[in-house]
Amino acid sequence: MNGLDTMAEQPTAAEAAARLGRLRRHRRRGFGAVCLVLLLAVLTALLVSLCTGDIALPVGDVWDTLLGGGDAGSRFVVVELRLPRALLALLVGFAFGLSGAVFQALLRNPLASPDVIGVSSGAAAAAVPASMVYGVSGIALSGTALVGALAAGAGVYLLAWRRGINGQRLVLIGVGVGTGLSSIVSYLMTRSEVTEAQSAFVWLAGSLNGRSWPQFWPLFGAVVVLAPLTLLGSRALPALQLGDGTAAGLGARVERDRLVLLGCATALAGVATAAAGPVGFVAFVSPPIARRLLPGHGAALLPAALTGSALVGLADLAGQHALPHTQLPVGLVTGVVGAPYLLWLLARANRVGQGG
Amino acid sequence: MSVLTGSAPRGLRPGKGVARPRRTIVLGTGLALLALLLVAATGLSLVVGSGHVALHDVVDGVFTPDRSVRGQLVIQEVRLPRTLAGLLAGVALGLAGTVIQGLTRNPLADPGLLGVNAGAAVFVVFAISVLSLTEPGQYIWFGFLGACLATVLVYGIGSLGREGATPVKLALAGAATTAVLSSMTSAMLLTDSQTFDQFRFWQVGALGGRDIDVLRQALPFVVVGGLLANAMGPRLNGLALGDDVARGLGQRLSTTRVLGAASVVLLCGAATAVAGPLGFVGLAVPHAARLVTGPDYRWILPYSALLAPTLLLLADVVGRVVARPGEVQVGVVTAALGCVPFILLVRRSARAAL
Repeated sequence: MNGLDTMAEQPTAAEAAARLGRLRRHRRRGFGAVCLVLLLAVLTALLVSLCTGDIALPVGDVWDTLLGGGDAGSRFVVVELRLPRALLALLVGFAFGLSGAVFQALLRNPLASPDVIGVSSGAAAAAVPASMVYGVSGIALSGTALVGALAAGAGVYLLAWRRGINGQRLVLIGVGVGTGLSSIVSYLMTRSEVTEAQSAFVWLAGSLNGRSWPQFWPLFGAVVVLAPLTLLGSRALPALQLGDGTAAGLGARVERDRLVLLGCATALAGVATAAAGPVGFVAFVSPPIARRLLPGHGAALLPAALTGSALVGLADLAGQHALPHTQLPVGLVTGVVGAPYLLWLLARANRVGQGG
Repeated sequence: MSVLTGSAPRGLRPGKGVARPRRTIVLGTGLALLALLLVAATGLSLVVGSGHVALHDVVDGVFTPDRSVRGQLVIQEVRLPRTLAGLLAGVALGLAGTVIQGLTRNPLADPGLLGVNAGAAVFVVFAISVLSLTEPGQYIWFGFLGACLATVLVYGIGSLGREGATPVKLALAGAATTAVLSSMTSAMLLTDSQTFDQFRFWQVGALGGRDIDVLRQALPFVVVGGLLANAMGPRLNGLALGDDVARGLGQRLSTTRVLGAASVVLLCGAATAVAGPLGFVGLAVPHAARLVTGPDYRWILPYSALLAPTLLLLADVVGRVVARPGEVQVGVVTAALGCVPFILLVRRSARAAL
């Protein structure tokens, strides 16, 4: 319609360029504003989780402690207990959000996420037997989960390869592999002692309880490498979303670009799972929230990642303090916090085209 | 193309070519073979078990039961209810999965998707944990109630807005509701290890230990829901072409969606009541059926209705044999055994598309 209008008015080239420029600036401003708001939410979550807890600390004390001052007690509480956990929550959310956004955009399915594609099941099928049968724990357990996630991702990719990858086939094979792998977990859950099954259940929900710097640094290193790589690879995403034929026609190297993106998304989900367990729903819920905050911006990868950060940050905060004497695993809270928000956005969307 | 011809009004159908009748004969024969397979699986499920029962006792135990004979008692008390549970749950899940995939046009859709399983689970946990119900015959009806409420909720949220319940909105609303409800379930379970102990067995899905009364109560739901689902074929064919085309062909989309949701609630609620939240069957069976029949829902529906109980019964038989003297729940076996042929089918097929 716009094209016809402009034809009718016969604007000069300069006018048209100016109009286009205004439109683009407007879009960029919208993108910037949403990212800024999300970033603020993330920082708020960080600050509040540094200040609250069994020992409440004023913001000023926390700030002094972070700069190297403060007494030994508050330094221990802030630097050794709260800071790593809060940062870990944000990073885990970032990784899951980014990973989910890539999967959903690339496979063109709003339900696709590492939980569905078999990546999380792979991590669980490696970690649960390792801890139940062989008593593996700590960093070794994280490593096992990572290996499981990557192996499942690679296996799904190889099984789905048939003279190329088809998004729908990959999704379905991912579901098949995931189901097979999670049957191992459910078998062990019915065969083990209640207490063992319950601790496996906590891990499966995704938990940040007792996590600290040893879990943070590997995740930090991985995200620093993977996130820019993903964003770089995502330049091919708009073309890939049009379908393979069109993408190839537009000059995208379809299989290579898709492999890079899938690899990055799988690795992001894998490292996050290794650090905190397969925190549920973050990868599924964050991208559609980001897409609805920024309609018309395509996959909105960075906003999705920031949404994930804010979500896990707030969820862990709520999980720690919502119930007295109980620390709920963060994975149980992400669903309760994130999903109603998505439902609200869904209920509010009343225009055609906002459904996706 | 068979979708087009299937949903077009009668007057617009192309003249009867050679291909159509032959296709009907081939698919009809396939359906008959599948029915035979189901009968065989039913027989196997009655004959095979952890204890040995002579063949004539099996026959007598089904038709002219004499409860003083140990073998016939086993058939009456254990294997017959179990087999019937498999049949009921299988038919219900196969049909419900097909209808949901058609309604949402999403290949990932399964009965778990519309929040049905999560809704059932939350109510079951509530019944066990808060109301202290311990008998499956008591708490499974809470499962049914939860399944209904969750579906109504998902459907209500998904259909808000001008264009009604679009596939994407339904799928997202379903998955989001599942997220909320299953988190609530998990939170309740983590604080109560006694409930967790019961729930972990219910959760994987099992056919054993079902009261024949429960089956009798679930039967009408499956019959009504099944008839409704089978009548949905032409409507789902129209929907598969996209909302606009379906509307152009004279379909009322809101009616289709309400009828579909109603059949799903009836079927899934009954299946969950009978066997717990069995996940994989409702997802995989319609895909397998679609590979044989093509995209025509009028064939996919009956194929799924026969294939799903066959799969469930065979998996249950394997579960009884594989870990004697104990047994493995049918949910675990269907997932473990079903995933391999499912992957092969998806790999081999050029037309996995919905």
